[in-house]
Amino acid sequence: MTALGHVPGPVGAAPPAPEASRRGLSGYLLMLPGTLWLAFFFIVPTVTLVASSLYDPSGTFAEGYQMTWHWQNYTDAWSEYASTFLRSFLYAGATTVACVLLGFPLAYAIAFKAGRWRSLMLVAVIAPFFTSFLVRTLSWKLLLSDNGFIVGLAQALPFVGEDFRLLATPAAVITGLTYNFLPFMVLPLYASLEKVDPRLIEAAGDLYASPFTALRKVTIPLAMPGLVAGTLLTFIPAAGDFINAELLGNPRTRMIGNDINDLFKSSVIPTAAALSVTLMAAIIVMVLFYVRKAGTEELV
Amino acid sequence: MASRSGSEAAPSRLGGGADLEIQGVTKRFGDFVAVNDLSLNVPEGAFYALLGASGCGKTTTLRMVAGLERPSAGRIVLGGDDITGLKPYQRPVNTVFQSYALFPHLSIFENVAFGLRRTKSKEVKTKVGEMLDLVQLQDYAQRRPAQLSGGQQQRVALARALINRPRVLLLDEPLGALDLKLRRAMQLELKRIQTEVGITFIHVTHDQEEAMTMADTIAVMNAGVIEQQGTPSDLYGHPRTTFVANFLGQSNLLPGTIRDRTGDEVTAEVHGTKVLASHVTSDVREGDVWVGVRPEKVTLHASGEGHRDGQNRLPEGEVIDVSYVGVSTQYVVRLPFGQKLMVFEQNTGERPPFTVGDRVDLAWLADHTFLLDARQDAHAGADLDDDA
Repeated sequence: MTALGHVPGPVGAAPPAPEASRRGLSGYLLMLPGTLWLAFFFIVPTVTLVASSLYDPSGTFAEGYQMTWHWQNYTDAWSEYASTFLRSFLYAGATTVACVLLGFPLAYAIAFKAGRWRSLMLVAVIAPFFTSFLVRTLSWKLLLSDNGFIVGLAQALPFVGEDFRLLATPAAVITGLTYNFLPFMVLPLYASLEKVDPRLIEAAGDLYASPFTALRKVTIPLAMPGLVAGTLLTFIPAAGDFINAELLGNPRTRMIGNDINDLFKSSVIPTAAALSVTLMAAIIVMVLFYVRKAGTEELV
Repeated sequence: MASRSGSEAAPSRLGGGADLEIQGVTKRFGDFVAVNDLSLNVPEGAFYALLGASGCGKTTTLRMVAGLERPSAGRIVLGGDDITGLKPYQRPVNTVFQSYALFPHLSIFENVAFGLRRTKSKEVKTKVGEMLDLVQLQDYAQRRPAQLSGGQQQRVALARALINRPRVLLLDEPLGALDLKLRRAMQLELKRIQTEVGITFIHVTHDQEEAMTMADTIAVMNAGVIEQQGTPSDLYGHPRTTFVANFLGQSNLLPGTIRDRTGDEVTAEVHGTKVLASHVTSDVREGDVWVGVRPEKVTLHASGEGHRDGQNRLPEGEVIDVSYVGVSTQYVVRLPFGQKLMVFEQNTGERPPFTVGDRVDLAWLADHTFLLDARQDAHAGADLDDDA
């Protein structure tokens, strides 16, 4: 941040002392908006959330809550919602895998094969954001509905029974999540792939690597920063999402976001907060482990 | 070449070895013809240079041999096998790229081992160690390419290609990114390595000095065709086109007309003066010609003095410019018919240098005279010999 405050001057000309201190000051001034923003919108809410998770569970919205350092909120929440947690991470994991499988070829095509269609394809990736997340998910509800054409077509296929359904299944929830988070995979992957020098892929071919080996040994390792960023941007929000499970799922496909949402609505604030903090902590641990494992430090 | 038709898979016939033959190869990019019906033959173990200005098609030719471009027409035959349709990874050919194209995510060791790992070679560790010894980078095995200097990266690129023992090694302007001093050192280094490993090298460059220092055979390319090929001294001493005469070193080209020809001795007339050319190899037989002579082959004499038998002599020149460059003095002499000639004289100290305004005669040997077809542009290739 301080680098922003540094005004490039002529090299070798040492600035006089007062000038230097003013520069230092302007650095702090420039940091101020960011620091305030972080304090109000990140630190305060996080502290409030953690505090709420330790309130006495007997309180209500109307009567207020007592801070009693009630750690039992956590153990209660864990024992009751463990299976929902597990399901959330399973769905988020499946979503991430699906996004990689769909997003990598797309990002690769945009970076290396699109030619003059590149900008148009990038716009197409971003275009869904012009309508609301909710509206788009609702339209998936129509697409996957029992009398929609997708289910109709599938039922006409051999070996697919008359009772085949898509809506209100885990598949529908994962499809919705994949659809909604795909751009967050494609964009960072594209940014990484676009920086891969095509001459390196040529060189790999020259050194007896088949196109597939070149992809495995050169292109993918060089695109790792984008792949890591993409998986984080997909997995984290997908694990906390509740809209897709709400609109496309059934009571047995509930994700942790649905439970937190319902608990907040019925003003069981301490349990909801304990679940939120647990989710956050679990994701942070997973991300740290993953980033270390992926070993991207030396690439970025 | 014709005798080979119909026997595509004749593996290393006697004398066939790993000769590389490019047979009538053309490469078009849309309407642009990058390489036009090019044929050449590189014998096994040769150090062969493709020399030309940028855009002459030399890199495209190299890329077709590597398999990175597909010829629009023609065949590429290596050691008797037609490799025209093979993918790059199927060819026993490796390339040292101009940009080196080292893998930034791999160590120097893994960069060099890349080809061996693909071919499931044994004793990778020993072979990589030997190769790093050859290019004197044994202490850098665990570094990343970004931690090495340009010259070191160049040597890694060379090692990475050579370790696979290709039948032909292609070098695309391998020294282009290095500074002058390092380039000179690497030229000697490359030549040493080539002699040591005995692999055919095809070296693409726009630097005529680089080509002359290293290659046994040079092919000068211009506008998608080979203007002339031969040994460096052959090309320099007996250029066959004005492009070669100007691109390789400098030339004085005088307008003349052929008067007489007996065997390989030709007499031409330049503005009333008879000039003899011996050992003429070019096809010009009659009519108008460019009479050429290299500036350092010409000696200057005070007007009317220093006659010697068997020398060509153009009298009555006037020195109009003198520049002293240490080992030699470079003169510009204007002849009576207005043309200016360059003369480089060694500073032997035999006589004091001429000064501007002196009247001089120009003399040179018949052996040093070459004749070129007068229909060509006298300035072709003249401004291209610097770094393109």
